[in-house]
Amino acid sequence: MRYAIKTQKLTKIFDGNAAVDKLSFSVERGELFGLLGPNGAGKTTTINMLSTLLEPTSGCAEVAGFNVLTQRDEVRCSIGIVFQDPALDIKLTGRENLDFHSMMYGMERREREERIDEVLEMVELTDRQDTLVENYSGGMKRRLEMARGLIHRPKVLFLDEPTLGLDAQTRRRIWDYIKKLNKEEDITIILTTHYMEEADFLCDRIAIMDFGKIIALDTPEKLKDVVGGDVVSLEISGDVNGFTENLNSLEWVRAVKKHNSKLGLTVEKGEKRIPELINIALENGIGVDSVNLRKPSLEDVFLHFTGKTIREEESGRNKTNKELITRRMRK
Amino acid sequence: MKLINLTAIYVMWLREMKRFFRAKSRVAGTLAMPLFFLAFLGFGFSGITLPGIPQEMNYINFLVPGIIGMTMLFSSMFAGISVLWDREFGFLKEIMVAPVSRISLVLGRIAGGSTTSLIQGVLILLISVFIGFNIPSLSGFISAVIFMALISIAFIGLGLVFASKMTDIHGFSLIINFVIFPLFFLSGAIFPVNNLPGFIMPLVYINPLTYGVDGLRGSLIGFSQFPILFDITALMGFSLLMVFLGAYFFEKTEV
Repeated sequence: MRYAIKTQKLTKIFDGNAAVDKLSFSVERGELFGLLGPNGAGKTTTINMLSTLLEPTSGCAEVAGFNVLTQRDEVRCSIGIVFQDPALDIKLTGRENLDFHSMMYGMERREREERIDEVLEMVELTDRQDTLVENYSGGMKRRLEMARGLIHRPKVLFLDEPTLGLDAQTRRRIWDYIKKLNKEEDITIILTTHYMEEADFLCDRIAIMDFGKIIALDTPEKLKDVVGGDVVSLEISGDVNGFTENLNSLEWVRAVKKHNSKLGLTVEKGEKRIPELINIALENGIGVDSVNLRKPSLEDVFLHFTGKTIREEESGRNKTNKELITRRMRK
Repeated sequence: MKLINLTAIYVMWLREMKRFFRAKSRVAGTLAMPLFFLAFLGFGFSGITLPGIPQEMNYINFLVPGIIGMTMLFSSMFAGISVLWDREFGFLKEIMVAPVSRISLVLGRIAGGSTTSLIQGVLILLISVFIGFNIPSLSGFISAVIFMALISIAFIGLGLVFASKMTDIHGFSLIINFVIFPLFFLSGAIFPVNNLPGFIMPLVYINPLTYGVDGLRGSLIGFSQFPILFDITALMGFSLLMVFLGAYFFEKTEV
């Protein structure tokens, strides 16, 4: 088995809208693979189809070599999953949750006990194992769920927004666990996230999703190369049109994007070009309020492919989500 | 995959037991209502004569089997609908993604739910002894427990059907008011059904609890409208149907 996951035109339609639209991609064994995109891009729907919780409208997928439609049980046995929202029984203790899981997966008593000790150790919850989960913090719950996802030694582990809603310190810790798991347990990991830095830090390859489609798929480095140079953003005031034309005519300027009062430039060797840029601005009668230079991030990649920042896209989506929720409540 | 996975059924049952014995306030809460009904109706109407109840029978003796039926109805429906809480707290996903057949999950839930309901029903029966109810014989008691179990299975199945059709817990009070209470009042639990107007009678006869309560009465006080064998057959039919429907709808549940 070379591929941990292989999908072909995987599609899910909800109420006439394609949440996932003819998705075709593959993930190699042992890879740490990221699905990056704003809320509502179709990441969770994809994961739910791959984990047999949701039936695809059309298309097919193989997970760990098994077909998600015809070999559900084989798929279920080969995967572990940590859902976006907690999926723990809070009236049971941490260890009881793990016990429940390992028995559902048909593990023998001795193996069960050993393995539970092992995974508890790994996520450093051994001394809290007999506490009711309702008394766990958000980070502890997430760690317990990761431990649970591993008990039955899955070949593929799905992590749906593994650090959503956690503080910076806890997030860092979860990242370390994920890296460790991928290396030591020889496990293929698919994670979804809408945090750019998370995908960048963790993943071997990243698929950027938007509106149910993959719009780019590569290593973080190569994706960033697509942007083609450093990103200089200028906050300016004055008549911009002539200025941008002048900039566009320069050969070392790869791209110019106007965004409210901000101008985003992609240039080679950005640090050397800043004085020149300011000179040109002054010649055009443009006031420069601030200058910022940075190496390209995945945020820039997203902007490059969609023409929007991930946050703008989310604020737009959140509005429609909220409307949906209020409508549902009224029903 | 094994269609009937005994380990999975056991784990589901075990979880229900742990949750039940930890939630002391919940147990007290579910026992309170039948006890109040028993005490207030029992004492309030003591000595009353109702058409359909033999003159020499004390109303409390008529009432106790009805209240036990009520306890089974409420606790079993709640047990079936508790799938909704699992969905609300996300645990349903953990259950649904496990390599276990849906029918085993349904059977596990029924095993857990009917055990906790039986505990409550038997507790009510024992408590009623203190207010003057006589348990006739061991065989009567055993026969009553069988009826309790069958009532429980039927209504856990029905609860599962409702839970699969509801997306959130907001519809819960609707079910209490428009399903559970009518089922209760139309079962003959607190008054003989032959006092009801004729056009309601079809509802009485398709209500599984009617046969449950009648069977409980037959077992416990030797007074029933139908032969016990008829009650048990009817109730078994309903239970089978409900388990089948519950499993069918649960199978279609998407998380």
